[in-house]
Amino acid sequence: MSAPVEDALGRPLPPGWAAPAHAPDDDALTATTFTERAHEGLGRPFQRTAIANATDHTTAALHQRFAGVDHEALRDEARRIRAHAIAQLPTYLEQWIDRAEERGIVVHYAADAAEARSIVAGICRDEDVRRVVKSKSMASEEVALNSAIEGIGVDVVETDLGEFVVQAMGDRPSHVIAPILHRTRGEVRDLFSAMAGEELPDDPEALTRFAREGLRHAFVTADAGISGGNFLIAETGEVAMVTNEGNGRLTTSLPRVHIALVGIEKLLPRRRDLGVLLPLLTGHGTGQQITTYVSVLGGPRAAQEPDGPDAMHVVLLDAGRSALLGGPFEEALHCIRCGACQNVCPVYRQVGGHAYGWVYGGPIGAVLTPLFRGQRDGGELSHATTLCGACDDICPVRIPLHDLLLRLRERRVQEGAAPLGERVAFALWGHLWSHPMLYRTSTAAARGALGLLAQGDVVRRQVPGLRRWTAGRDLPLWRRR
Amino acid sequence: MTGVRLFPTCVADTVARRTVDDATRVLERLGIRVDGGRGTTCCGQPGFNSGHDGPARAVARATLRALDDGGDAPILVPSGSCASMIRLHWRELFHGTPDAIGAARIARRVRELSAYLADHVDALRALDLRSDVRVGYHDSCHMLRELRLRDEPRAVLATVSGLELVEVRGAERCCGFGGTFSGRYPEVSVAMADSKIADAEAADIDLLVSADPGCLLQLGGRMSRTGSPVRVAHVATVLAEALP
Repeated sequence: MSAPVEDALGRPLPPGWAAPAHAPDDDALTATTFTERAHEGLGRPFQRTAIANATDHTTAALHQRFAGVDHEALRDEARRIRAHAIAQLPTYLEQWIDRAEERGIVVHYAADAAEARSIVAGICRDEDVRRVVKSKSMASEEVALNSAIEGIGVDVVETDLGEFVVQAMGDRPSHVIAPILHRTRGEVRDLFSAMAGEELPDDPEALTRFAREGLRHAFVTADAGISGGNFLIAETGEVAMVTNEGNGRLTTSLPRVHIALVGIEKLLPRRRDLGVLLPLLTGHGTGQQITTYVSVLGGPRAAQEPDGPDAMHVVLLDAGRSALLGGPFEEALHCIRCGACQNVCPVYRQVGGHAYGWVYGGPIGAVLTPLFRGQRDGGELSHATTLCGACDDICPVRIPLHDLLLRLRERRVQEGAAPLGERVAFALWGHLWSHPMLYRTSTAAARGALGLLAQGDVVRRQVPGLRRWTAGRDLPLWRRR
Repeated sequence: MTGVRLFPTCVADTVARRTVDDATRVLERLGIRVDGGRGTTCCGQPGFNSGHDGPARAVARATLRALDDGGDAPILVPSGSCASMIRLHWRELFHGTPDAIGAARIARRVRELSAYLADHVDALRALDLRSDVRVGYHDSCHMLRELRLRDEPRAVLATVSGLELVEVRGAERCCGFGGTFSGRYPEVSVAMADSKIADAEAADIDLLVSADPGCLLQLGGRMSRTGSPVRVAHVATVLAEALP
């Protein structure tokens, strides 16, 4: 357990402020099924309303943002850039590393989550880091970074407002862009009131001010800042990052050490590619033309520069990415983490982000989780979608999520990971319905049985074989007139 | 007299034979000869969408061979999802097999029912269809986002005089059926239906109409369970019931 964190006035904050929120052993994916996690999400009616309102709003803003723009051409261009960058990933990665090192950035390569954790912990030890401020990073969620560096006695303070709440609650983010979409304003007020030791008003501005005061103190006392990164620019060796709260800029420039943890797939060949990808990332993420802050980070503070960290480290995270290169799932690496597919997903809308069991929710979560975590742990998620195709239609870089989900389902069967009952059922189905006579016999038998079970024009009885349908629905019979 | 083949689909064969009868009746009133054909089973979609391509291919092959009758009459399908499976996914399913060419031949002939009827709106109007009902149209996913059929079913419904067509909020959002999804995750599936039904009820419609029996079973089955004032109907049934 880490030392108590102090607030702006030097008072120790109550437990929970820097609780080890992201313990890797707290792995919902292996401990529970999608059905169980979805049930929990469905049991939070406020969460469903909040998600519906927020995602409808963001999707409407997205469409408004690109009204009058040749959005389709922009998406085509973005797809071309991402496909090219990923197809040539080794080349661009080498180029980026060369340029970054010329700029004085210390580059590390983490093959997996454990390596990423030990690299960051090593930097903290070498640089004598006692306190870390963090801006939002999904890559850090992937590797469960916080608990690892807390384990060596470093305080970690999340500085994105949503992540700050998540950390204080010992929770996990539920959305790639909006981490606390599953929490209410009342819950945040209760939390902050407990932290403040006084009743705070139910007013977003006042609540934000409270967090801001505590965070300012954290910023000025931190030894290191840890961030993610939205793009790595190969031709310049820079890291580009978009934020809205200003915490990203403070995290990367105020403490004496900056560590960026970035997935290797975030490469863009040229700086000018930002002209295509940035408006798509922000437009699809939040409906904004551009975020409040766009930072293009080019290394530690130079001798003549007044601001910036003394040292800048970039940890390039592989953790399952390079294994996808050249294979049937390579297109999953095109993702720029805008969250638009999650916003339009009708399944996510009901169950919330935690139902996906790991870091990423919605359609891209259903694709990335089995790919990064393996078929055994994540394979079920490829079925946690109705294949409605709304994600394909909204993806800024045109990832064929529907096809990737289908391919994952196929691979699940090929690898023998599908349950025995399912395999037997489909084998039997394939046998019966490939013979027209057996098909006619079986459908006639089904009609006969349903007719016997029917009450009027519907079947309502919860008999074996029908229960999964009839538990919540009637089965209408639209018989011949 | 022009003729068409009608592929009933497995869902209709099992629980929605009325849909096929209604489609036949409307087509015949338009002077189109309907050949129900023999020997078709299922398009293979349940297996294909679950990753069981072997069984899916075996099932789809039976339907392919029954439909590949040497003629070139349009093959009408009263389900956007099955039509999409044949038109767009059979190519992949039969890739590299002796049936690949036959699959391409059938894919070219297949039309979703309301898309075909949309080519006959003048003839439909001449039938003097009448129904005093307030309806909303539910866009089924594959029909909208794979076949890109959005205006066609609405144009067909607009041929019924007295019928008031309103746009329901979230008409393009999935109903939660999703084939095997409805049985794998019933609680989620039902919650998704409830969200659609709430929007339908808020629009104060009598009927929620779609061109996919799967969605209709899902939404109609849930409405029946909760006692919703809204009912569901297939486009073909709306037309058949509006015949004078």
